[in-house]
Amino acid sequence: MSATVETRDTVEALSVEKYKYGFTTEIAMEEFPKGLNEEIVRLISAKKGEPDWLLAWRLKAFALWQKLEEPHWARVEHPPIAYDELYYYAAPAAPAPKSLDEVDPALLNMYEKLGIPLNERAALAGVAVDAVFDSVSVATTFRETLAKSGVIFCPISEAVREHPELVRKYLGSVVPYGDNYFAALNSAVFSDGSFVYIPKGVRCPMELSTYFRINARNTGQFERTLIIAEEGASVSYLEGCTAPMRDENQLHAAVVELVAMDDAKIKYSTVQNWYPGDAQGKGGIYNFVTKRGACRGRNSKISWTQVETGSAITWKYPSCILQGDGSVGEFYSVAMTHNHQQADTGTKMIHIGKNTTSTIISKGISAGHSNNTYRGLVKIMPNASGARNYTQCDSLLIGDQCGAHTVPYIESRNASAKVEHEATTSKIAEDQLFYCRSRGLSEEDAVGLIVNGFCKDVLKELPMEFAVEAQKLLAVSLEGSVG
Amino acid sequence: MTALPTRSLEAWRYTDLRPLDAMSFAEAPAAPLPDDLPDIGVPRLVFVNGRFDAAASSTLMFAHGFATVTEESDLPLALINAQHAQDGLTLEIPAGVDAGVVLLISYANGGALHPRHRISLGAGATLTLLEVIKGEGVYWHNPVTDIVLAQGARLAHYRLQNESREAFHLATIRAAAAADAAYESFTAVMGAKLSRAEFHVELTGAKAHTHLNAAQLLGGSQHGDFTSVVRHKAPDCSSRQTVKSVLSDAARGVFQGRIEVDRVAQKTDGYQMSQALLLSPAAEMDIKPELQIFADDVKCSHGATIGALDEEQVFYLRSRGIPEDTARAMLIRAFLTEALEPVTHAGAHALFEAAIETWWTGK
Repeated sequence: MSATVETRDTVEALSVEKYKYGFTTEIAMEEFPKGLNEEIVRLISAKKGEPDWLLAWRLKAFALWQKLEEPHWARVEHPPIAYDELYYYAAPAAPAPKSLDEVDPALLNMYEKLGIPLNERAALAGVAVDAVFDSVSVATTFRETLAKSGVIFCPISEAVREHPELVRKYLGSVVPYGDNYFAALNSAVFSDGSFVYIPKGVRCPMELSTYFRINARNTGQFERTLIIAEEGASVSYLEGCTAPMRDENQLHAAVVELVAMDDAKIKYSTVQNWYPGDAQGKGGIYNFVTKRGACRGRNSKISWTQVETGSAITWKYPSCILQGDGSVGEFYSVAMTHNHQQADTGTKMIHIGKNTTSTIISKGISAGHSNNTYRGLVKIMPNASGARNYTQCDSLLIGDQCGAHTVPYIESRNASAKVEHEATTSKIAEDQLFYCRSRGLSEEDAVGLIVNGFCKDVLKELPMEFAVEAQKLLAVSLEGSVG
Repeated sequence: MTALPTRSLEAWRYTDLRPLDAMSFAEAPAAPLPDDLPDIGVPRLVFVNGRFDAAASSTLMFAHGFATVTEESDLPLALINAQHAQDGLTLEIPAGVDAGVVLLISYANGGALHPRHRISLGAGATLTLLEVIKGEGVYWHNPVTDIVLAQGARLAHYRLQNESREAFHLATIRAAAAADAAYESFTAVMGAKLSRAEFHVELTGAKAHTHLNAAQLLGGSQHGDFTSVVRHKAPDCSSRQTVKSVLSDAARGVFQGRIEVDRVAQKTDGYQMSQALLLSPAAEMDIKPELQIFADDVKCSHGATIGALDEEQVFYLRSRGIPEDTARAMLIRAFLTEALEPVTHAGAHALFEAAIETWWTGK
């Protein structure tokens, strides 16, 4: 029984904390009208009790954002985004359902298929706190263990107060506020996100995940994540969850920055399954994200793994700047689009240091009326002697109304560098399907099996339990694409 | 004049035309033709500074007079060409005729030249067109070639671009192939200070085919851009592309190749390979292979590599007593072989071999 009491206390403590940061409280919503102006930026900063330098930084970003134009080079189409109609703080979610009975049965059906434990389903569906009990207690236990090894893992707003010197030193050092339109917007209005600091020589004792951190779940549209691995440190971070969030918001513009010093390793995995819109392409999230890692130190390594099945539009290019000699960048991606989804995703590998290596494995699957684009850049700078890149981009088409596109940019300015790129596009072979069908698999199961095989090179990079869920997710996302 | 495209256009991100913009080109008096023009024993047609030179040309029954140009595309260079075009080759091969081999020589020594060439082949006709492009001094050559192939026609089109090292060469070549027609092409890019060969090939009928190869051999501070768009607009078509670049000194090579597959173009078979050898530390290669696919029952792939000559291979040859320079020359010749595949005419093949040999020894 004591455990229960402890749990309740923790939740209460966290709830108070939640209120303090104004995540989803009614009051916060009243105080922050929709629209975006300097006043809103100041309000957000003041609400969080931010130091002057951060407010100044936000304001600079906001001033610049007003002058920038939305990028149009990606192969995505959407009606103009009314930035003045959005809420920039305390996302105006529809009233939370009081119990699972009020939740869309289709959503519940999907949880069932994904094998998500019952109590977690409620949390994912946005039912008020009680079901999150387990996760919360887990979160706190984790934080104690982490603190013992010197790892800092907290909301970035807390880090601004508790560790201002670290935040100030690294925030915007990988993705400057003026980097692009959405990064500027995020820099001006970011609400919260994760902050991870792994001290010198520490191997983070567990996989870190936003999934277990209650205060990361409602951070709203503009997350800002900063992960720093000092010399010899290593960490594996998983973002997102395998089930769709009940989320009516339209725009998500997140920024993720990773910094790896000498011999440090950061592995960043994402399973993104935001609401993709309905079968007619109505609704759904615009997921415009800037993710970049800097391999600053010698022999450092940054590895991105992503499974993208959600969002109406995905615009996302997790990149590595390979600055330190011998540093390594990796990008493993599965992007699946169905119905009217659009994905324009890929990576950038910028080779600056000597003997830097990068690997890109991208698998795109298009079904229904969707469009799926791989867009990537491999750039070898003049000093990157001995640099090495291998890229493989494969696309699979299911149905004759979808599109698959590959747009790689390869720029080499060093004769001793080796760059290799290959890409294929095909459909599921009739003989493969026939083979599976003749063994008694339904057509849908056969397609699921073949697609999972197609994605295996990427899925094996995910932490094990998430790989299992990701596999199920692919099958679920494919439903209705055959026959 | 229509403005020159700038790097802010995606299609021009790797080629900067500002050096060209800053130039003005005076009309040059036509120089006497050099006497080392190739002769492979076939009818030849000669253009000097963009004008047809009847005296130096053979009489060819398929060649017709020049007609005025209307430009329907929005390609900036084709528009500029249309505004200035005053001459060009018009070849019409009637249905069923095998027109053999024709040599087209373009020679220039000054001015801004905007010839508009038109080649059309009737149903089942065949032609091999060998273009040799040379010059001296400073000039701008902006040719547009429009090719129409009727059902079952076959055009083999070989281009040896060996312009003056001070010249600008911006060529636009457009070909449309109807059902069962084939456009087989090879371009050797060796000359010009700044060059771009831009191909647009449309496969408009079922089972049309194209082979669109190139070899770029560049040195000094040359800039060579090979850009192609192959559009599959009908079912069962195939396209093959091998582009090889060898870059020495501070040369910069560009390859942009897009394969587009329309919704109706089921059973498309598209292949594209682009490889580059960087022979010196200051050389640069930029590759952008693109697939844009809207049909599901297709087989499309592309590959790209950039690197130096394999030192192990050089070592292997040297350990067999072959001098280093010869060993490197052999490896580069081997590297280029695949690109030369569409060149089946022996005379043309020998011409390219000789040009490559000259390039290597003069490098």
